[in-house]
Amino acid sequence: MSAFPIFPREASSFAPKTDALYFTLVVLSGSIALLVFALIIVFAVRYRRGSSAPRGALPSLIKNEFEIGWTSATLFVFLMLFWWAGSNQIEQLLPPAQAMEIHVVAKQWMWKIQHANGAREINMLHAPIDEPIRLDMTSQDVIHSFSVPDFRIKQDILPGRYVESWFRATKTGTFRLYCTQFCGTAHSGMVGSVIIMSKADFASWLAAQRPAGDLAGQGRALFTSLGCAGCHMPGGPIHAPDLAGLYGRRVPLSNGAFALVDDGYIRDRILDPRSNPPAGYDPIMPSFKGEVDDGEILALTAYIRSLGSSRGALQ
Amino acid sequence: MTDAVAPIDQAELRRARVVAASYLDSEGGGLSEWLLATDHKRIALLYALMITAFFFIGGAAATLIRLELISPHGHFLTDDEYNHVFTLHGIIMVWFFLVPLIPATFGNFLLPLMIGAPDVAFPKLNLASWYLTLIGGICVLAAMMLGGVDTGWTFYPPYSTAFSNSNVAVAVVGVIIAGFGTIATGVNFVATTHTLRAPGMTWFRMPLFVWTIYATSLVMILATPVLAITLTLVAADRLFGLPVFDGFRGGDPLLFQHLFWFYSHPAVYIMILPAMGVVTEVITCFARRRVFGYAMMVYAVLSIAIIGFVVWGHHMFVSGQSVFASLVFSFLSFIVAVPSAIKVFNWTATLYRGQITFEAPMLYALGFVGLFTIGGLTGLFLASVPIDIQVTGTYFVVAHFHYVMVGGAVSAYFAGLHFWWPKITGRLYPESWARFAAALMFFGFNFTFFPQFILGYLGMPRRYHVYPPEFQPLNVMSSAGAVVLAAAYLMPLGYLTWACFYGKPSPANPWNAKGLEWQTSSPPPKRNFLRTPIVTEGPYDYHDLDIAPEPQARPVDAARAHD
Repeated sequence: MSAFPIFPREASSFAPKTDALYFTLVVLSGSIALLVFALIIVFAVRYRRGSSAPRGALPSLIKNEFEIGWTSATLFVFLMLFWWAGSNQIEQLLPPAQAMEIHVVAKQWMWKIQHANGAREINMLHAPIDEPIRLDMTSQDVIHSFSVPDFRIKQDILPGRYVESWFRATKTGTFRLYCTQFCGTAHSGMVGSVIIMSKADFASWLAAQRPAGDLAGQGRALFTSLGCAGCHMPGGPIHAPDLAGLYGRRVPLSNGAFALVDDGYIRDRILDPRSNPPAGYDPIMPSFKGEVDDGEILALTAYIRSLGSSRGALQ
Repeated sequence: MTDAVAPIDQAELRRARVVAASYLDSEGGGLSEWLLATDHKRIALLYALMITAFFFIGGAAATLIRLELISPHGHFLTDDEYNHVFTLHGIIMVWFFLVPLIPATFGNFLLPLMIGAPDVAFPKLNLASWYLTLIGGICVLAAMMLGGVDTGWTFYPPYSTAFSNSNVAVAVVGVIIAGFGTIATGVNFVATTHTLRAPGMTWFRMPLFVWTIYATSLVMILATPVLAITLTLVAADRLFGLPVFDGFRGGDPLLFQHLFWFYSHPAVYIMILPAMGVVTEVITCFARRRVFGYAMMVYAVLSIAIIGFVVWGHHMFVSGQSVFASLVFSFLSFIVAVPSAIKVFNWTATLYRGQITFEAPMLYALGFVGLFTIGGLTGLFLASVPIDIQVTGTYFVVAHFHYVMVGGAVSAYFAGLHFWWPKITGRLYPESWARFAAALMFFGFNFTFFPQFILGYLGMPRRYHVYPPEFQPLNVMSSAGAVVLAAAYLMPLGYLTWACFYGKPSPANPWNAKGLEWQTSSPPPKRNFLRTPIVTEGPYDYHDLDIAPEPQARPVDAARAHD
């Protein structure tokens, strides 16, 4: 990437088409602007007060035919532009039927990518060149927007809805991914990379993506991807228990009893958090019943255990 | 005449002097005389002072933004502070500067004068509008003082309703209150135009500025209530949990966007139509030439106002709205550009065979035509769906609307301010300073905002506090331009304030301009005209149709002859 780019790279099948339209508009509007500026300057000089240029009434031709002429010319040019831009857009409307599917979940302030084989990545999206890629996207919280300028694509992602976008990359390399719909404090930190590889490289990359690391590592990824971290991190906006050092401790509950934090307790809290929460906390955590399977609960438990056991367990 | 020998009634004479005294003197200069004024001219000045204050508050926020963006990592603001600053800039500049900018100042001052009326139709309502706008502005400033608002001026839910930890409700209520001020102004101007035109002032003898104020008022009346409803629903969600825009609870965040832009796109025309009106008055006067295609200009203004209501969806091409809806909105957006193009051509043609002089109002007006042309043409890019997909949400859009609203509306405001300054204050402004400021503003503006078009097509998102390092050179250029622009905006504050006290007294009609506002004294008396004017000719009869304009000596030339 050059140090001082003034034009984005053309890295998708959309880019040349969008750019052709763009350059046509640049030339066309540049000519109109130059014409207007030139006329203003010429008139301003020629018809400055007291100059010797001949005046007199306007020829009647100028009065009506000109008005009608430039109105229809403008209208015609604009309609041509609309037709071109519109047909271009309809062509790009639907992804090819055999497009490869990649899931995108946007959340404050992170891109979570999931490939069909289960491989997950955060703020990175690996994809093969020359292959239509369909992005199946949703948001977990506010509206975000998936923007890759070098591909000339952008799509808002709405919470609670699935939206689609697609592209076919034509260059390998790393391309910037931005969130372009204001989404809060770290909006400008919600950036990532789209990494386009040759088909062979992508195949070997994908094969190498086993579920990440050990069980606790998987649990850590789930802890973030399920949004647990949004509340259960110290200093977060919501009053929720900090999980570090919690495993193995006896905690007071809101009904006055005590409970030992072990695997079973953690499972109960994930699946049915509303009943009898720990003392001092409101029952605001959503239930994850149906959201996580047993393997994932195991991974989460392993992660919480890895955050440290209480030194004074069972006191 | 035998009456001539009748003794002069001293009481009558005193009354006549009071009636003839300038609006600045006749009612007393105390604070309460000003704060309770119902004279449209005094209210115009109240508005002018208020928007000037808001302009410098919003401008200070803009300065912080440009300073912060010199470095790709930011240097002195946190993420949240940056978000608060651009939100403040947007809310203040849109609702408390640009919307009232020309309608509430020149509209108030000139509409009754131009149609030969003693005041607006509802003078007390007029004062109430000012207070509503002021109270709304204070609410927004209070929201900022109490910790800020971070949603951007667009208040998109669900961020604004469920996620923002800032004073959204207070700010939203402020905007709603100011909105009622706007609606009242619109009602007042429509009623004034319909009922208070002087004898002979037929619709097609009205100056184009009056036409634009009339069209703008209709847009204010029809669009602003939708904003009030929409923002009320946002406030209701924050305060009472009413989930109209919450996709998880049966609402729809896209509904908000439709409603918001149904107001906010026409709002652009609230800003730009009166600017077009001002520029038309100035160009015709300084070219000493009838406006080219007067009737066409009227139709263009009305069609912009009407078609402007059905193009809002072009703000939503990537929002998830139906693609066919996008195509319809794209089509209508191209159509609405046609009347704007007609106006640019007509201004240019008005110069043809004129007797042109280049005082500051004319320089600002020509600057307007240049910047508005660029702003309008880049609108075509945004109307084309594929290009809009690339540049929406980026600095291209930022540059585009600054060209239209700042390069356009604010340049026009300064054109009008200098043009009518002698009428408003009774004094001349210093011409050389004003010309220099006009030129500086034009170059400073382009220097600031042109690089942002390039940044936008490159993909730099707006509302980004930190950005990739490859965008830095263009951002530094833009910030450097902003320094020039800031200096250009500060200059009129200095020399116009000076002119209030030390400017040379102005003749009633220094520019030898047509238009009823120039037929009364400068500054005008309280009820505008000592005798109701009777209108017998069109607004721009600077010369007979079949005779060329001659170079004229104008009173301003004589008044300045000793400089």
